[in-house]
Amino acid sequence: MTLDAVTRTSARRRTINVLMLGLTAVCALVAVGALMFILGYLVYQGGSSLSVSFFTNLPTPVGETGGGMANALVGSAKLLVLAASIGIPIGFMAGLYISEFASPTSAFALRYATDLVNGVPSIVIGLFAYTLVVLPMGHFSTLSGGVALAIMMMPVTVRGAEEFLRAVPSSLREASLALGAAKWMTIVRVVVPAASRGILTAIMLGLARVAGETAPLLFTALNNRFWSRGWTEPTASLPVMIFTYAIAPYEDWHRQAWAAALVLLGLVLAANIGARLLVRRGIAAAS
Amino acid sequence: MKKTADEVAHLVALLFGLTLALLTVLIGFELARSSSLARHRFGWSFLFTQTWDPVANQFGAASFVYGTLVTSAIALLVAVPLGVGAALFLAELAPRRISDALTLMIELLAAVPSVVYGLIGIAVVVPLMREYVQPTLQRIAGSLPLFSGPMFGIGYLTAGLVLAIMVVPFIVSVLREVLLAVPRDQREAALALGATRWESTWRVVLPYARLGVFGAVFLALGRAFGETMAVTMVIGNRPEIAASLFAPGYSMAAVIANEFTEATGDLYVQALIEIGLVLFLLTMVINAFARLLILVTTRRGVSA
Repeated sequence: MTLDAVTRTSARRRTINVLMLGLTAVCALVAVGALMFILGYLVYQGGSSLSVSFFTNLPTPVGETGGGMANALVGSAKLLVLAASIGIPIGFMAGLYISEFASPTSAFALRYATDLVNGVPSIVIGLFAYTLVVLPMGHFSTLSGGVALAIMMMPVTVRGAEEFLRAVPSSLREASLALGAAKWMTIVRVVVPAASRGILTAIMLGLARVAGETAPLLFTALNNRFWSRGWTEPTASLPVMIFTYAIAPYEDWHRQAWAAALVLLGLVLAANIGARLLVRRGIAAAS
Repeated sequence: MKKTADEVAHLVALLFGLTLALLTVLIGFELARSSSLARHRFGWSFLFTQTWDPVANQFGAASFVYGTLVTSAIALLVAVPLGVGAALFLAELAPRRISDALTLMIELLAAVPSVVYGLIGIAVVVPLMREYVQPTLQRIAGSLPLFSGPMFGIGYLTAGLVLAIMVVPFIVSVLREVLLAVPRDQREAALALGATRWESTWRVVLPYARLGVFGAVFLALGRAFGETMAVTMVIGNRPEIAASLFAPGYSMAAVIANEFTEATGDLYVQALIEIGLVLFLLTMVINAFARLLILVTTRRGVSA
């Protein structure tokens, strides 16, 4: 190969290098741009439709403008409370088992099973909750929606709890055991408090994950144009309202769907960012 | 005394751990039990017949299976290059600070609720497809049956593209982890041999992590199969197989979401639950495979 040819191929290689590296940057920007666009568009469309009555009023009958989604906001909150009170204890205990008691093999198997539950489509979870709760009860209810969301929330809580419990230094455990504490006492008094901030993070991420879920609620919590009393009546929820209003042919309903989507996205993103900040502060404090 | 208390604690925790592990089995069992009528009536032909006629009590899921496969294929065709590119940038090129910031934003993209994607899909993507993208595609490649026929904006192609944006974050965040687990000396060796940055990334790092790449792709496929709301809102909801990607169609998840509460008669409800069962088994197999691939690569990277 002549010197000239070498220079030429290396120039070509350098060009390809710059070109392809630039292309990967473009890919990353497209993905980030999509988020920016969604945020911007929602603020633009939803901001103008958001009003006080959105938070305080019930939906109005078709044809009448105005009204709000107060019942859907309360409904979503009730569903989340239910999901949390079922999903968090189970998820936390399962995470505790994996981190503190399980042998490496069974820990691997349980982690794997958790990931599989995480991959079950949300609509299938909805069907499961339907056969499990709605069929025996004979009607749609807030309770069945809460069960569906609880199942969706468990995998996130398990993996989060496990990860943060495992991050607690074993010297802490050994110190407690050396002082004569039983293993369960060590877990309750030493390990869990040390990981409390991380566990809180896992819970917030779990709630954020299910707050926007629509599919599991379609035939469990159903929908409701009025207030839902107690836990056994069908209830409205923000995501289902967005879906119903978005596919309806009324201009006023579309505006409300945008407003609801803005509120929902705001809550979900705030929970996500909050959880991440919490972890970062926790790491900074520990080091 | 101390010992028994510990054993009790162990047992209680084990019980909760098992609950979760048994959940997948329980879901499969429940769905199979609640769809027995439809399963016995139609057998395997359920998957291969197209007739979906609630009035005549004739149910076949072929058009839904087709819709799910086609939209997911379109989604992966777009999302895999985009996701791999973005992950390479984040893991290999960008300075740590910028990489962390961009990763956070892409992970937030994964947190956007499906129904919000659907809303944006209806309001922005559908008109865009109808006015610009579909006419352009037809002008260029209208002779292919894939791009022929009337343009509604909704349909397989639109659903596939919305899905693509939804699965990109999954590909990126899994792949970034996988790429970061590739040992440093692999890169350094390539660079020392005179490779450019791109050559080291493309010929050394990516092949080293190839199992993880497949894992990320299969994980995204599992997501795309199960995605419900956004697809339901833009696919058009017509239970027929059409050759054109512009035609309205249906997917497995979408038909359950749309028709379940309106289904009258046991057989209708059970046919929908059977579609759920098929969807569950499909995503289960794909995810089981994907997770295994990812575990193997990240483990190997760490131990090497």
